[in-house]
Amino acid sequence: MKVLVPVKRVIDYNVKPRVKMDGTGVDLANVKMSMNPFDEIAVEEAIRLREKGAATEVVVVSIGPAKAQETLRTALAMGADRAILVTTDDAVEPLAVAKILKAIADEEQPGLVILGKQAIDDDSNQTGQMLAALMGRPQGTFASKVEVEGDSVTVTREVDGGLETVKLAIPAIVTTDLRLNEPRYASLPNIMKAKSKPLANKTPTDYGVDTTPRIETVKVSEPPKRVAGIKVADVDELVAKLKAMGVAA
Amino acid sequence: MDFSPTSDQVHIRDAIFRHCAQFSDDYWLDRDRSGEFPGDFYTSMAEAGWLGVAMPEAVGGAGLGITEAAIMMQAVAEAGGGMTAASTIHGPVFSLEPIELFGSDEQKARMIPPVLSGAEKMCFAVTEPNTGLDTTKLKTAAKKVDGGYLVNGDKIWITNAHVADRMMLLARTTPLEAVTRKTDGLSLFFTRLDRDHVEHRLIPKMGRHAVGSNMVFINDLFIPDDDRIGGEGDGFRIILKGLNPERILLGAEAIGIGRNAIQRAARYARERIVFDRPIGMNQGIQHPLAKCWMQLEAANLMVMKAATLFDRGEDCGVEANAGKYLAAESAFEACHTAMLTLGGMGYAQEYHVERLLREVLIPRTAPVSPHMILNFIAERVLELPKSY
Ligand SMILES: Cc1cc2nc3c(=O)[nH]c(=O)nc-3n(C[C@H](O)[C@H](O)[C@H](O)COP(=O)(O)OP(=O)(O)OC[C@H]3O[C@@H](n4cnc5c(N)ncnc54)[C@H](O)[C@@H]3O)c2cc1C
Repeated sequence: MKVLVPVKRVIDYNVKPRVKMDGTGVDLANVKMSMNPFDEIAVEEAIRLREKGAATEVVVVSIGPAKAQETLRTALAMGADRAILVTTDDAVEPLAVAKILKAIADEEQPGLVILGKQAIDDDSNQTGQMLAALMGRPQGTFASKVEVEGDSVTVTREVDGGLETVKLAIPAIVTTDLRLNEPRYASLPNIMKAKSKPLANKTPTDYGVDTTPRIETVKVSEPPKRVAGIKVADVDELVAKLKAMGVAA
Repeated sequence: MDFSPTSDQVHIRDAIFRHCAQFSDDYWLDRDRSGEFPGDFYTSMAEAGWLGVAMPEAVGGAGLGITEAAIMMQAVAEAGGGMTAASTIHGPVFSLEPIELFGSDEQKARMIPPVLSGAEKMCFAVTEPNTGLDTTKLKTAAKKVDGGYLVNGDKIWITNAHVADRMMLLARTTPLEAVTRKTDGLSLFFTRLDRDHVEHRLIPKMGRHAVGSNMVFINDLFIPDDDRIGGEGDGFRIILKGLNPERILLGAEAIGIGRNAIQRAARYARERIVFDRPIGMNQGIQHPLAKCWMQLEAANLMVMKAATLFDRGEDCGVEANAGKYLAAESAFEACHTAMLTLGGMGYAQEYHVERLLREVLIPRTAPVSPHMILNFIAERVLELPKSY
């Protein structure tokens, strides 16, 4: 069984994003970029499945600028077997990403597609679901546990207030939550090996997908500045204040 | 002139930060307090293949250059472990170079892999108590005997001699009186550190307590011929080849420490509120930190230039020395400024800046002092008469 893992190059989670002066987006000049953390978890899970013998090959794919090649190399250094880079300098919306992934899945015929539940830059939380719909295959989103048995996969999902376990027929789509695993870091020999692993260069047109945006970003603004809190002298005053605000009876 | 790192270099820096994230600030502070060798850090770096960064693939390395080694060691120091983390693995990362360059195939195969795998630790024994920087006068004598040499003498400051299995040793095989050039007659050995004939005594020192440095007393140590690296009498010339890479790595490490200190200081300055505003809002706090940043990054360009020249096989003596000097001086200034930024807390161990300040003095003074670098630049670049 092949596992397909899409990975996105995003602003590093440690970087404090700065909104551009004209409010059209986030300033990415000279900003550290990394693999979306949820995607890293997806890569880790796929590699673990291969190590357990449940998967035979891990294929990573990234859709984005030429620099996304670095992100793919990181995934290869973690242990993925080969990579596909779909280069485009345009912003690609979740639906277009899902369409490209569908075309790749048609070619590759993976048993599982494991995606991050969302990318930390746009927080869309849509691509996996859209892909499942386009492929007409079952989905297990927000996975905190993934177990493959024969031709089905059991996914434990983190839902509000608890866990839900679903069993899906393979091929299936899984999206990862934070607690699924702790991704490994690359060792030096694996970084070196990653350089000679195959990386195929493609474009959206190769897959016949039109990536023209359908959504216009009207405005991006900084979150409001935190205002200073109120100091209270003792518990009585705190309780009084809370009552006055209507948050305590 | 290309100032952008390669894809390998970006990945190395990234991977090291991730690897080092397993070892917290408190891990390093604990080790500094207890003096216990960071063995688990050492082993983890060996297992992840990092010790062989600059060694050829044939002996189990990654086949990369000194530039990559410098980027790696800089990240090791910058991740918070400072000089302690760097010195823990310094030996294997660069001190094997003489074996790689001058050893026989048999020696390379026998000596290098056990060090890279972490199975054997090593130390590097050159400095002597009575001769200091005047290396060619060193007195440790290796007398030719049947099948090898019998060695006697004292060494000082030998880092990790107390935990090492192997010792790289520079000793005189021909007495100074009997050679025409004082650089002749020294030989290099890589041999088992036989505790029956080698005693050590840890030197109580200012910082980096987890990576000890020792006085070493060598008494009738037998070294087989097979453990001599290169020709008899060629030791000094062999060692010289390794001096520039050592300076480059030390410089890179110093900058890592300086950057770490500045980051801690800037974070504190953003958060600490006094007189109803963050202390970092005061230019008296901002400007010194900004100056440190500029000096560190300028020094880094010189260090990386030296590394690039070295990897191209070009002469880099001037740049390696200048880089080490600039790096160490600016890193010291950075740690000192960071300490002052934190006010009283700069002096408290739990803020880690005092540890970095104590450790940054090592690259400032070793392996070569600032004075000797200034001598060298004056003589070599400015063509001034030799002063000593
Ligand atoms: C923490 C630490 C770890 C070390 N680890 C090792 C190790 O693993 N292996 C090893 O072999 N060595 C090691 N060293 C030794 C280090 O390389 C030496 O300290 C250094 O080479 C200086 O020698 P010295 O201490 O004898 O100084 P000296 O030679 O006694 O010099 C003393 C001072 O006089 C100055 N001076 C001397 N001559 C001149 C001159 N002509 N002009 C201007 N100034 C001059 C020097 O710059 C210096 O400031 C270590 C040192 C330290 C502090």
